[in-house]
Amino acid sequence: MTTLQRKTHPRTLSRFATALIAAAVMGASAQAVAQEDDPIKVGILHSLSGTMAISESTLKDTVEMLIEQQNEAGGLLGRQLEAVVVDPASNWPLFAERARELLAQEEVDVIFGNWTSVSRKAVLPVVEELNGLLFYPVQYEGEESSENVFYTGAAPNQQAIPAVEYLINEVGIERFALIGTDYVYPRTTNRILEAFLKDEHGVAEEDIMVNYTPFGHSDWQNIVSEIRRFGEEGKPTAVISTINGDANVPFYRELANQGIDAADIPVIAFSVGEQELSGIDTAPLVGHLAAWNYFMSVDTDANYDFIDAWIEHTGDEEAVTNDPMEAHYIGFNMWAEAVRKAGTTDVDAVKDAIIGVTVPNLSGGYAAMMPNHHITKPVLIGEVQDNGQFDIVWQTPSTVAGDAWSDYLPGSRDLIADWRKPMECGNFNVVNGSCGGSTAAEEAEAALAE
Amino acid sequence: MRRFLSLGLLCLVLLSTAMTAQAQSDPSTPDDQAALALLSALDVNSYRDKGEAITAILQSDDERARDWLQALLDGRLQRADDGRFVLVLDNRGRDWPVADALTKESLGDMSRRDLDRIGINNALRNQLRSAIAVVDLYSPNVERRRSSADRLLGEVDGELAETLEPVIAEAEDDHVRMRLTQAVAIYRAEQGEMAGVEALTGSLHPRARVALGRAANSDDPIVADAAAAALAGIEQQLKINRGLETLYFGLSLGSVLVLAAIGLAITFGVMGVINMAHGELMMLGAYTTWMMQQLLPGQPGLALILSIPAGFMVAALVGIAIERGVIQFLKGRPLETLLATFGISLILQQLVRTVISPLNRTVVTPEWMSGSLVINDALSLTLNRMYVLGFALVVFAGLMLIMRRTRLGLEVRAVTQNRAMARSMGIRATRVDIMTFALGSGVAGLAGVALSQLTNVGPNLGQNYIIDSFMVVVFGGVGNLWGTLVAGLSLGIINQVLEPWAGAVLAKIIVLVFIILFIQKRPRGLFPQKGRAAEG
Amino acid sequence: MMTQATSSQFWLTRPFGERATQTFLGVLFAALLLVTVLHLAVPQGHPLHVNAYTVNLFGKYLSYALLAVAVDLVWGYLGILSLGHGAFFAIGGYAMGMYLMRQIGERGTYGHPVLPDFMVFLNWESLPWYWHGFDMAWFAFAMVLLAPGLLALVFGFLAFRSRVTGVYLSIITQALTFALMLAFFRNEMGFGGNNGLTDFRELLGFNLRSDATRLGLFIATGVALALGYILCRAIVTSKLGRVCVATRDAEARTRFIGYRVERFQLFVFVVSAMLAGLAGALYVPQVGIINPSEFSPLFSIEIVLWVALGGRATLYGAVIGAILVNYAKTIFTGIMPDAWLFALGALFVLVTVLLPKGVAGLLSHLKRRKEDDHLPKEAAV
Repeated sequence: MTTLQRKTHPRTLSRFATALIAAAVMGASAQAVAQEDDPIKVGILHSLSGTMAISESTLKDTVEMLIEQQNEAGGLLGRQLEAVVVDPASNWPLFAERARELLAQEEVDVIFGNWTSVSRKAVLPVVEELNGLLFYPVQYEGEESSENVFYTGAAPNQQAIPAVEYLINEVGIERFALIGTDYVYPRTTNRILEAFLKDEHGVAEEDIMVNYTPFGHSDWQNIVSEIRRFGEEGKPTAVISTINGDANVPFYRELANQGIDAADIPVIAFSVGEQELSGIDTAPLVGHLAAWNYFMSVDTDANYDFIDAWIEHTGDEEAVTNDPMEAHYIGFNMWAEAVRKAGTTDVDAVKDAIIGVTVPNLSGGYAAMMPNHHITKPVLIGEVQDNGQFDIVWQTPSTVAGDAWSDYLPGSRDLIADWRKPMECGNFNVVNGSCGGSTAAEEAEAALAE
Repeated sequence: MRRFLSLGLLCLVLLSTAMTAQAQSDPSTPDDQAALALLSALDVNSYRDKGEAITAILQSDDERARDWLQALLDGRLQRADDGRFVLVLDNRGRDWPVADALTKESLGDMSRRDLDRIGINNALRNQLRSAIAVVDLYSPNVERRRSSADRLLGEVDGELAETLEPVIAEAEDDHVRMRLTQAVAIYRAEQGEMAGVEALTGSLHPRARVALGRAANSDDPIVADAAAAALAGIEQQLKINRGLETLYFGLSLGSVLVLAAIGLAITFGVMGVINMAHGELMMLGAYTTWMMQQLLPGQPGLALILSIPAGFMVAALVGIAIERGVIQFLKGRPLETLLATFGISLILQQLVRTVISPLNRTVVTPEWMSGSLVINDALSLTLNRMYVLGFALVVFAGLMLIMRRTRLGLEVRAVTQNRAMARSMGIRATRVDIMTFALGSGVAGLAGVALSQLTNVGPNLGQNYIIDSFMVVVFGGVGNLWGTLVAGLSLGIINQVLEPWAGAVLAKIIVLVFIILFIQKRPRGLFPQKGRAAEG
Repeated sequence: MMTQATSSQFWLTRPFGERATQTFLGVLFAALLLVTVLHLAVPQGHPLHVNAYTVNLFGKYLSYALLAVAVDLVWGYLGILSLGHGAFFAIGGYAMGMYLMRQIGERGTYGHPVLPDFMVFLNWESLPWYWHGFDMAWFAFAMVLLAPGLLALVFGFLAFRSRVTGVYLSIITQALTFALMLAFFRNEMGFGGNNGLTDFRELLGFNLRSDATRLGLFIATGVALALGYILCRAIVTSKLGRVCVATRDAEARTRFIGYRVERFQLFVFVVSAMLAGLAGALYVPQVGIINPSEFSPLFSIEIVLWVALGGRATLYGAVIGAILVNYAKTIFTGIMPDAWLFALGALFVLVTVLLPKGVAGLLSHLKRRKEDDHLPKEAAV
């Protein structure tokens, strides 16, 4: 990069400026030589202030802990790792700006970051334009596969669908209330679930209730009483909750106070983990469910080691671990492994090397990076305990590979993603064999022509 | 499943009668080997096998059975690495105190690593509860008998119905008798028997409704008609109850709005200070509650009560600091107090994040505030909200008293109406300012204490209420406490009435648009201030 | 509350004002030129080189500056503390965003020729009526001005006609932006819900992901700021502007003199809303996303704070404030992410208490002291 620039500086500059530039260039080339010993820069793009700080700040600490551990183990490729932390302050445009700063200004080798889908969508064009690497650790709605992004959280088929199958097959639920916060993750998940329930299990329209609430909704009286009535029709009923963050505490409180017990109407949540429970008195919630790919209560030595390290890192005896933390643990190890395999931190080399990389997860199995940049995960169902932990009551017999494009949405049924050569496409249409999902285009044209 | 359950129950009924008869006279020590075998059968992966193991425990005549089942239900029955079964006494933290399940001897602390819990799922939990319920039907404790009878609604089948008849006949407690009668009637109605339908007429219990619904589809036209008529009557009753429920929801939401806004009504309405840090003062009140509960572990109720004065004091002191530190320099520039206090709100939020934690804190609801007050089977009022509603009214009454009946109130009103004149009458306006601001802030602290029982205690608590509070004050009319009360309660009710058909988001938007249009019609709110002060 | 008569306000707009305008425009163009030269002519790696990231950042600041000027126009000269200008900004941004979404065409994830990705995703069958026309640049650009203008017209007509003033007006502007935020968060609205509009590709055929386009947008924003500034300056120095200031300082008196105060208020309010919309439209392609959080009432308050910090009723003060605060934000969130809210909060408190006339007031104070000019009386704020 520097060599190219050296030749192109304009001649019109004054002698003084030329001298300055010469000095700078020499500095730059000295830097290039020194690069072997320079630390590898790891960008961390998690909100430390604003509304998302509550969830994201622990992920920043997690990555810092992983970097420390890696450095204690001798670093990577003989180089030390250095964390570059920025604060996008829960502001979506600021996420894009910070990502640009990390890639263009700080020239980090990899970014671990984001929580909300909207922040990922804001960062996506930047990461693609500047060819960065982003590891995204949170369960999300799917319908995306970028060349530069690695999705280490669950896609809907790794969380929602197995959870509903559990409810139907193991609990015998026949009626479903889909309650969510009004944003894209619940909307998509609920659409997938509705289609899944109707097509695969023949659930009738009147046995599905859908309700959306705004972010931070705090007055759940009406909705909970509606759920109660919905559940009083004589069929076993469950609530599938995609309620986000802060709205959960008042929701569960209202459930408990209106006397809805897990044994009558269990609530299965996709966004409530140990960390969210740490802000709730869980005694009245015992038996409500959550579906994740990891729980702090997983009984493996790897997990206990991770918890001990985490408690030591935070200095807080009460500190809890959760699913997105495990996703970062897996993502970080996958990236490190890919760097070792490629022998360089060069983005393109790492991108190629990482597909197929397999690392242990914390629940006693292995996670593999699939060609669609999603990973394999076990699906666990846990019941809330009175100590704020989950008791694992069910788990998939083997790991499930993340599906970027849902089979239950008409627009994406025929799409697949495969970033290996020669396909190298994030939205390949298997029906007409083209990259870019053009059947939807054709259908729409046909529809317009009518 | 139900048949299986009822068989188990039947055994239990026999067993427990035997047990209660036997227990006092002959405290025999059953074979620990057999007990260990019973418990070992629980330590399997399949929930079906666990269910059978539970039935086996029920059928054994071991007197520790109820304790084991209760521990299993609570997730406290665990197996140590050395194969012993233990009861976990406290499952918080990483090391837990445990006791031997067979001998009840304390075994000291054990690490989570060395313990495997015997997991149960909701199906087993149901089974366990029903089992315990049947045991409890013969319990000497009347509360246990009542909850046991409640539990059996809809769980009765033919055999159990037969078993229950003599129990009903002998029941001493009215509630137990009524419930068991209903339980049997539900079974009978589902079978299409006229007696069941008649017994259920007028019952609002959802299980009764389901049973009547089934009876209405009965082949016997007489039964079907009777059931349909009973259902229609019930629906009518339900409608009324639903209306009352919505009203209660509205009042409850309204009381939260009133609490949040009333402090603002004082600082904003009386002093003309637009305090954007008002929400953060509420947050401090909520954190005080959390702090008190940390200081008094195990006594959440007492801590909550003590938080009321403590929350008031903390918020009032911070309020005084804000008034002395910032607001006194901004006299007569109300819009700039908005800007400065916005800065303060940012600082306070970040302070809590840095000093305490960005994470939400757990505030426990005391026993006497959880659950609901059951009016009838279709209407129960949640206790925590009822307390908050009452609290809001008390706070409001207290403020009215202070404003109308005390010297401070008189001075405040004087300063509000004409500052210069009041000063020349010898009122120390500065002191009044401080006291007023402290009062308004303290009330915000009280609101925070109440909110800790309803919502998250976290750094963002204040932000979620500040805009609503402003709307309430402006809608009610600045400087009028009655206005705030009426505005808060009516906005709460409007919101809750709209919500079922418009959805939560749209309801809120409609309320906001309504406020905007209302202000166009009456630019000074519901109860406009009159006289000189209005010239402000 | 604003009863002090202050004819002395005009020292701001006349003798010092005109020179201030020239200075301001001079500094602005010099800055534009400097950044352009440092970006294009100085090679990368050189300490003086301004990289694309920084150019982009400056472009964002300039669009915020234009927004601040719009707020200053109504707050500084009309005495209307709008806590809802973020709404006009966001609506302008959405209009631009809709145009940019339509420009994606078949390059979206699903390759649908008409529907944006989020609509395909949520199974919408056809384009909602209000999305039509946004594939044409002229229509979209007109909407950038007309949509916020129309909203301001309706809202202002109702509010000014019924003489809603002071705090009440502030609170209902806040209610306005809050209601719009909730509305735009709803996915049924067809504006992409919480995710908003993103993944933009082209603006008028220029690739938005190229550095050249970024520079172009930066310059365009600078020019728009200059034009907006001149327009505002023209308004406030005209007779209309004097009526506005009179209204601000003594609405009842102005009314008694015979002016139809609400018409002046309405006109200036609408102009201000349009400028805010323009700022939003320039902002969106530079940051690459528009979502309902721009409607957040807190953002609107923040805008007012920029103006207060820079100095109210000076216009150039608003520009200084917007750039200073946002620059500080960029710096602080980078170097001390845990503490930047402390710094920001403290800044607001200190400025309102110690610098009631903001940085501009401080500047002119220093200048006056230097010129040893006669000291005008304190202006009522």
